[in-house]
Amino acid sequence: MGKTIVEKILSKLSGKDVSVGDLVVAPIDYAMAHDGTAPLAIKAFMEMGGERVWNPSRIIFIIDHVSPSTSIGTSNLHKLMRDFARKHGIKLYDVGSGICHQIMVEDGYVKPGYIILGADSHTCTYGALGAFSTGIGSTEMASVFLSGKLWFKVPETIKITIADEPPSWIMGKDIILNIIGALGSDGTTYKAIEFDGSVIKKLSISDRLTICNMVVEMGAKVGIIKPDEKTKSFLGDNLGRIDIVEPDKDAEYIDEYLVGVSGLEPQVAKPSKVDDVTSVTEVEGIEIDQVFIGSCTNGRIEDLRAAARILKGRKVKDGVRLLVIPASRKIYLKALNEGLLKVFLEAGGAVYSPGCGPCMGGHIGILGDDEICISTSNRNFAGRMGSPKAKIYLASPLTAAASAITGKITDPRRFL
Amino acid sequence: MSEGLLKGRVWKFGDSVSTDDIIAGRYKFKTLNMKELAKHAMENIRPGFADQVKPGDIMVAGWNFGCGSSREQAPRALKELGISCIIAKSFARIFYRNSITIGLPLIECPEAVDRIDEGDEVEVILDEGVVRNLTKKLEFKAKPYPDFLLKILREGGLIKYVKKFGRLPW
Repeated sequence: MGKTIVEKILSKLSGKDVSVGDLVVAPIDYAMAHDGTAPLAIKAFMEMGGERVWNPSRIIFIIDHVSPSTSIGTSNLHKLMRDFARKHGIKLYDVGSGICHQIMVEDGYVKPGYIILGADSHTCTYGALGAFSTGIGSTEMASVFLSGKLWFKVPETIKITIADEPPSWIMGKDIILNIIGALGSDGTTYKAIEFDGSVIKKLSISDRLTICNMVVEMGAKVGIIKPDEKTKSFLGDNLGRIDIVEPDKDAEYIDEYLVGVSGLEPQVAKPSKVDDVTSVTEVEGIEIDQVFIGSCTNGRIEDLRAAARILKGRKVKDGVRLLVIPASRKIYLKALNEGLLKVFLEAGGAVYSPGCGPCMGGHIGILGDDEICISTSNRNFAGRMGSPKAKIYLASPLTAAASAITGKITDPRRFL
Repeated sequence: MSEGLLKGRVWKFGDSVSTDDIIAGRYKFKTLNMKELAKHAMENIRPGFADQVKPGDIMVAGWNFGCGSSREQAPRALKELGISCIIAKSFARIFYRNSITIGLPLIECPEAVDRIDEGDEVEVILDEGVVRNLTKKLEFKAKPYPDFLLKILREGGLIKYVKKFGRLPW
């Protein structure tokens, strides 16, 4: 019987011929933790009697969730991370560097066929480059710091083929929201997803990252895309274990779905469930207080270009706040050089230093009671971005930018 | 946890309880003190929960319990309050792993969830995967844990396991 991509990666790295349901132990290529999870992992590491980490060059710390700190408590946790990183020789990306998932991809830690664990649920993002990557908690991360390995249950794989002629305005966000709406927030729990099809091949690496980023919103362990020429040109010389990241022709899938996108409209997830997805035309006209463009889902240069395309020469509606947060320092600089930040500022928006921003309610742009935000991030749970009485709509950067101009949820095709 | 027997009063919840519902992001970035965090557990969807829960109490919920963020502070806060077990129709993946790792037993048993109401007395025999609704006099069987996970649970979590045996279980 043939193997899916994750079965191949787990077979290669565990040194066994694995199949679905097997429990295996595999070595980890990179382990990442941020300021929301690293402090607890450090505490657990010390409680386990840890003295030395297994390999400091394979551990990455990133301060991005509340960055810069806004309280003494947070500052002390950041300090704990810096002290531990210095003591053990771990690379730490400090305030202003950017969001963990963007840095992992941008700075070349993510390679096809690698197993990468992050103490963050959106670690599944790296599957866009053909890595087996998934989120774990802090104590398990501490055990990885100790040993460099972890146990896995080999997941069943679902194949999602995305076909058709995509509309010109379509973004990865519209596609993945549509899929989450169809399969539900627990539609792929514990499973791996392989994305394939003519549309995936046409999409940029940025859009592919957006798609894999959100597979956890339907419960998946991994979302993975077979590397192609675009992946290779993105990665440069080091292609990792690219030879093992292709499914066998007779690989077995637990489910196979065909998704058509030619008739798709811009997609919006309504409060307060990520799988409550509808077309923008169904929610047009709902008044908003805040627009957030950024996050590990949609804070890349392509996303900022899309937003700027709509905002150029236009003004944010009076009474609406537009927050733009580039996902990394490199993206910030690129946006600066391309004149995108000028577009956002001239439109009346606010641009902040790279980080997670309001996405998980840690700082910057926390919502008050009954406020409504349209956001390019990945979760709209009640209380996620501040008050549990606030409402969050999720959409693409194009839809968010169009909404900033009118002050109401707006179909971006009106401005294109 | 002697012989894996757990018993307590039930708190019932619906589907898709997220880790943001269990402990909101705005609290977890400021402290590692679980007692502090636990005061805010479930406050968005069940105000007053932290004050009313008694050690040994059991949570029962629908599909996809613990979805969302990887924050381990979520199961830790519930354990801190004395929750002895969570029975749900299904659990999100990271929450499931985190709970076992910190020594909070979970039982996946959709049939049991449908026949347990808020306030019922429930008993769980972890080693056998048995759930008993003592109030309604009903018994259910869930899939038992693989051995190595049961060992972690028996020791009260991975940290205690490593402290006792001086090595990881895998």
